[in-house]
Amino acid sequence: MRISHPKDFLTGLLFLLFGAAAMVLSRGLSIGSAAKMGPGYFPFALGLLLAVLGAVLLWGSLLRTEETHPWPTLHLGPLAIVLFSVFLFSQVLKPLGLLLSTAVLVVMVSKASYEFRWKETLVNAAVLVVIVWAVFVYFLKFQLPVWPSLIAG
Amino acid sequence: MELLSNLALGFQTAVTPMNLVYCLLGALIGTLIGVLPGIGPVQTIAILLPTTFALPPVSALIMLAGIYYGAQYGGSTTSILVNVPGEASSVVTCLDGHQMARQGRAGAALSISALGSFVAGTFATLVLAVLALPLSELAFKFGPEEYFSLMAFGLIGSVVMASGSMLKAVGMIVLGLLLGMIGTDVTSGVQRFTFGVSELADGIGFVSLAMGLFGICDIITSLEKREKRDLLKSKLTGFMLSKEDMKASAPAVARGTLCGSLLGILPGGGAILSSFTAYMIEKKIARDPESFGKGNIKGVAAPESANNAAAQTSFVPLLTLGIPPNVVLAMMAGAMMIHGIQPGPRVVTSNPALFWGVIVSMWVGNVILVLLNLPLVGMWVRLLSVPYRLLFPAILLFCCIGLYAVNNNTFDIGLTALCGLLGYIFHKLECEPAPLILGFILGPMMEENLRRAMLLSRGDPSVFFTRPLSLAFLVLAVAMLIVVALPSIRRKREQAFKEG
Repeated sequence: MRISHPKDFLTGLLFLLFGAAAMVLSRGLSIGSAAKMGPGYFPFALGLLLAVLGAVLLWGSLLRTEETHPWPTLHLGPLAIVLFSVFLFSQVLKPLGLLLSTAVLVVMVSKASYEFRWKETLVNAAVLVVIVWAVFVYFLKFQLPVWPSLIAG
Repeated sequence: MELLSNLALGFQTAVTPMNLVYCLLGALIGTLIGVLPGIGPVQTIAILLPTTFALPPVSALIMLAGIYYGAQYGGSTTSILVNVPGEASSVVTCLDGHQMARQGRAGAALSISALGSFVAGTFATLVLAVLALPLSELAFKFGPEEYFSLMAFGLIGSVVMASGSMLKAVGMIVLGLLLGMIGTDVTSGVQRFTFGVSELADGIGFVSLAMGLFGICDIITSLEKREKRDLLKSKLTGFMLSKEDMKASAPAVARGTLCGSLLGILPGGGAILSSFTAYMIEKKIARDPESFGKGNIKGVAAPESANNAAAQTSFVPLLTLGIPPNVVLAMMAGAMMIHGIQPGPRVVTSNPALFWGVIVSMWVGNVILVLLNLPLVGMWVRLLSVPYRLLFPAILLFCCIGLYAVNNNTFDIGLTALCGLLGYIFHKLECEPAPLILGFILGPMMEENLRRAMLLSRGDPSVFFTRPLSLAFLVLAVAMLIVVALPSIRRKREQAFKEG
């Protein structure tokens, strides 16, 4: 078996997976009838449709064609760093407060750039901490935890 | 003249000192956002939404609308001067606009894009004003069957407008509809697909999904590219247009405006598609098609007029039918609901000052933009010399803070990271996220109308085909699908997207 269109193949797989999951999970809800639809009716139908679409895509990607399509190229570095930084920000915002969390996020995420430089990043972080304080705390008066919870009490 | 008195009411609302200030503020922030690549109107509205809570609804909506059309202006500036489209809808402007700049005609390119946008904005405001009343009256005749069919039509529209495989686009819609099901079912009160997570009881936050799929995903893919921007160091002079320029671009502006006004109203359309289409039309009917891409002024005038016209007429379906035709307008719908206004046909009658005030403020905003933009060009360009490595942490930071502020919880920030991962996978698999977002917004409304329609008909699905309006929408949707699936048109469509 040869996969002639990997991107379609993977998309088909993804759709099939999501569709099947939706169908299985909807079975736990009441389906009802066409005249009196339960909470599971519409999601079940959508899941079925998605799974069928996925299957068609899968089938098409396995047909032999003249041209071969490339596999997607991945660069996991920036992906991992950006996603982890955002997640980390969500975790430290309450205990560390806005200003420290800002510094953490900026320093962490700057590493995702291939042009990363320490000095520049630290200056950037300091400037952004000041801007964030001025804009969100001083002017807009957002309800944000500004200082670490230990100090603020 | 009912229209005149309505517009007069709009002027009374729009030109109060306070609303003028917010209009100016929105237009300025929008331009700034349009200039910066990697951050669009969706993220900006999300970030600024919490700041508008304290404002009266009219001022809030005036400012948010200003951000949207201001971004269209700003995006063209950087397309012309540095060949970086600040906004997706300005991608085609790069083709001829940047060539003009290289030939020392940057001033003329900027002038025609500003003037074209102004003409288009004025016309589109009138279209909005004229269509608003009849359409919202029509909407009162809609039953659940019509609403369901109209939404199906809109979703199919977004498939046709999306680039790449249609199968994938349909799949993305269905996936979006499914994601919209997460949370508490309105009719039965049962929790669906929440896996016991209490934060999901109200569903996935729209802002989280949009920010993840667009904002965060954009940042990640830009970081992968490692490209350097070349900054044009030419002097900006010659803003005056010559007679030949005027003669060449006037009809192009008119065609672009019409094309944009029309496509903006269609669900799934909007600014991006209309600028592409306007450019293709100009190239098709020109006597010298080979001069396009080499600095033809028509190649700037038409798409710039089109995207601005579409940005404005896309308010028509939201304000009259309550259906957001694209992602930015979905953000606007969210903003209206936060301010306690349910978008839909009732807005015109129950809140006329707000309705007409927002419409007129769009025209006022366009005047402000023409007056402000050209003198400020130098400042916007200097802003672009800030390298991306310093810019993207700031963009990400503002996104995170905005996300927290929408609901005051950190769960949404984590959820956004997850949506960013999903967006990255879609990007790598060449699946467009726009149909998914539309499906997500329309999902709950569509289910509700389907259930109501089927309950009324006692389970007989033929009601969708026997009611004339509902049938019309469905026939249109199927016709659209068939036309796009025809081999000759499909080839042209693929070519059109490739050239962009």
